[in-house]
Amino acid sequence: MATEILMPALSPTMEEGTLAKWLVKEGDTVTSGDVIAEIETDKATMEFEAVDEGIMGKILVAEGTEAVKVNTAIAVLIEEGESADDLAAPAPAAAPAAEAPAPATASAPATPVETVVPEDPEIPEGTEMRKTTVREALRDAMAEEMRSDDSVFLMGEEVAEYQGAYKVSQGLLDEFGARRVIDTPITEHGFAGLAAGAAMGGLRPVVEFMTFNFAMQAIDHIINTAAKTRYMSGGQMTCPIVFRGPNGAAARVGAQHSQDYAAWYAQIPGLHVAMPYSAADAKGLMKTAIRGDNPVVFLENELLYGQSFDVPVMDDFTVPFGKARIWREGSDVTIVSFGIGMTYALEAADKLAEDGISAEVIDLRTLRPLDTDTVIRSVMKTNRCVTVEEGWPVASIGNHISAVLMEQAFDYLDAPVLNMTGKDVPMPYAANLEKLALITTEEVIAAVKAVTYR
Amino acid sequence: MTSAYEPLSLNVPEPGCRPGDTPDFSDFEIPRAGDVKRPPVDVDPDAIRDMAFSIVRVLNKEGEAVGDWAGDMSAAELREGLRHMMVLRTFDARMLTAQRQGKTSFYMQHLGEEAVSCAFARALQPGDMNFPTYRQAGLLVASGYPMLTMMNQIYSNAEDPLHGRQLPILYSSKEHGFFSVSGNLGTQFVQSVGWAMASAISGDTKIATGWIGDGSTAENDFHAAMVFASTYKAPVVLNIVNNQWAISTFQGIARGGVGTFAARGHGFGIASLRVDGNDYLAVHAVAKWAAERARRGCGPTLIEHVTYRAGGHSTSDDPSVYRSRREAAAWPLGDPLERLKTHLITIGEWSEERHAQAEAEILAEVTAVQKQAEAVGTLGDGKAPSPRDMFEGVYETMPPHLVRQRQEAGY
Repeated sequence: MATEILMPALSPTMEEGTLAKWLVKEGDTVTSGDVIAEIETDKATMEFEAVDEGIMGKILVAEGTEAVKVNTAIAVLIEEGESADDLAAPAPAAAPAAEAPAPATASAPATPVETVVPEDPEIPEGTEMRKTTVREALRDAMAEEMRSDDSVFLMGEEVAEYQGAYKVSQGLLDEFGARRVIDTPITEHGFAGLAAGAAMGGLRPVVEFMTFNFAMQAIDHIINTAAKTRYMSGGQMTCPIVFRGPNGAAARVGAQHSQDYAAWYAQIPGLHVAMPYSAADAKGLMKTAIRGDNPVVFLENELLYGQSFDVPVMDDFTVPFGKARIWREGSDVTIVSFGIGMTYALEAADKLAEDGISAEVIDLRTLRPLDTDTVIRSVMKTNRCVTVEEGWPVASIGNHISAVLMEQAFDYLDAPVLNMTGKDVPMPYAANLEKLALITTEEVIAAVKAVTYR
Repeated sequence: MTSAYEPLSLNVPEPGCRPGDTPDFSDFEIPRAGDVKRPPVDVDPDAIRDMAFSIVRVLNKEGEAVGDWAGDMSAAELREGLRHMMVLRTFDARMLTAQRQGKTSFYMQHLGEEAVSCAFARALQPGDMNFPTYRQAGLLVASGYPMLTMMNQIYSNAEDPLHGRQLPILYSSKEHGFFSVSGNLGTQFVQSVGWAMASAISGDTKIATGWIGDGSTAENDFHAAMVFASTYKAPVVLNIVNNQWAISTFQGIARGGVGTFAARGHGFGIASLRVDGNDYLAVHAVAKWAAERARRGCGPTLIEHVTYRAGGHSTSDDPSVYRSRREAAAWPLGDPLERLKTHLITIGEWSEERHAQAEAEILAEVTAVQKQAEAVGTLGDGKAPSPRDMFEGVYETMPPHLVRQRQEAGY
């Protein structure tokens, strides 16, 4: 019986890849374990092996094809005696797992609302835009700052020779050499402390944590050293340093590698905390972070690395800390989010618009300093607020926003502020459980409908 | 201000060989098999300092077992050992392919390092506890943990013994003395010392083993483990698996240009030695010696297993970008399976025919188990763990807010 060969997921976060090369042709016999193709992911080029035995009946996706989605049928394997010509059209790729049940919808048919997307105030009108991934934007920001300031350097595990575990430091070793792009021994506590020392000694280190989960080891240096040095030294000593790396859940990396540290670091006086969503913000905030004289915790996201956004083509584009961005204007409800939470917030806003609910979506961009003024101004207009984040529900960023609104905009609220977060459990590994543990767009929509009494 | 000195510069160690270079291990000193003497188990660590700079080896080039570490394993036991390594290698190959087919998200294989965990397991007793890393599944294979259970976890299906909560390959079995659970590097080392100290405090006879990679010896946990093991003479065997590469980082980044990983034990007064990690008999003999030492209250042993990671670090790794494709073949300590097979043939206890037959049988067995596991489910297909399980095990008893969340989720 003919079996389809599907585009494999060669890493937990891979959604698509380039079918670089077929190593077999139609008519070839393959056995389990034979390398049949080379596939390029955002991380590496991988050999793809056959799992079943048979004859290559038909190649459905030609080599050199880019952006082939995972689970697309790329070839058909037949048994002896079968003919490729007899094959029916390949079945569509496996349907995704069933979605969570949709929340009850409004009864009356709604009139869709117009979407107003304001210009980013940091970018002059008419500036040329270039599609850039978050990954490239972060690299460009570091490279630009390294070119203009010889005291800036990057260190961490796998940042040099391997170009970063998530390929964020691509090309930096070639351009800046081993003196400024440094592979470290595996000790987060060690190299975070070392970098803090280098910052106190007059350099501007950028420390990459392979993920922020591993920075748990280094948290003493981040909080007790970097954040407090200026204060404890009576202002004599400073620690201008950037701690950066992916934060939060990726996909199928389990309880110890999926944690969102936004609320943890946002609590610490002396630190700045950035958590960008778009590539432009990733670039602009990173440049600000490297230039600033305060220690910065810069929380990235593995799932956002490969996403493309418009980034302005400007000689020196920076985004200030402490200034939220209104991604779309609306009048019925304010949705406040940051980082990957924006994905759910914007998707919910799109769907809500179809139901006639106009949502204003605010991206906080930095969590410390936190632009509460923009949130309050928005809520004074919409009278309702839903916060969205992937982290846990207790002592979350949303809790803090709720408290600020309670204190400073109580009279404007027509409904309780709802905090939408991940579930209060360590992240499970299984795909179905992980999906359930994370925040979903449907939950955001349900929360908005609850506060707007629809 | 002028200085009488030249400007300082930063030293960044480099491996001998990068992609495109010809691998050269000529300056890697390998003593002849049988050269290193076997000291009594109650030996004073100071008396064997030279062992941290040599390598215990049993199997010579001709496939003979020589010297006083040659041990007393029977031919039947050796055939069983070979079989464990073959099962592990076949299991790895099938699971690697399964990952490439999207049936699991992630896998790590043992290729070239099978002897380390398979041989070590046979030196322990029931009740002893291993704190392994992700590349010691041979401890499970050799102690009879069912392959089906391992695969159910890899596929994260409804029969997963850890209920879909833990990553594939981070197995955990109290019964089989396999603690695992944590994927965080280095933590296992110091926890094993704690477990061993608890055994001593309780007046028990069980021992613990800690496992760490060459790269992770840079972690605090390594140094803390050595301090405590030394101070309290903990009944523990501390294993460094030096497979030459920590993902893309060669072992010199963690070690610097001098000494050996085993020699780090000297500063702590711990009995420290190196063993040929690709020599099944040598690993087993050294493991038995160290376990006996621990169980008799003679204190900890630090073992550096000198081996080579012939495959990628994980399914997310592409070693060709940082090391020569020919380096694995040039590795001077050979392949552990081939070496034990040659030995068994040399002593007349095995043959090419029997080997080929065993390979076929093992492949059929692993494939059959794989089909059984896949019939239950694979990642994203078939029967998955119940969402009920997601809320269990956070606390001993489920707090009311989690009961509510579980009900809201419909379970």
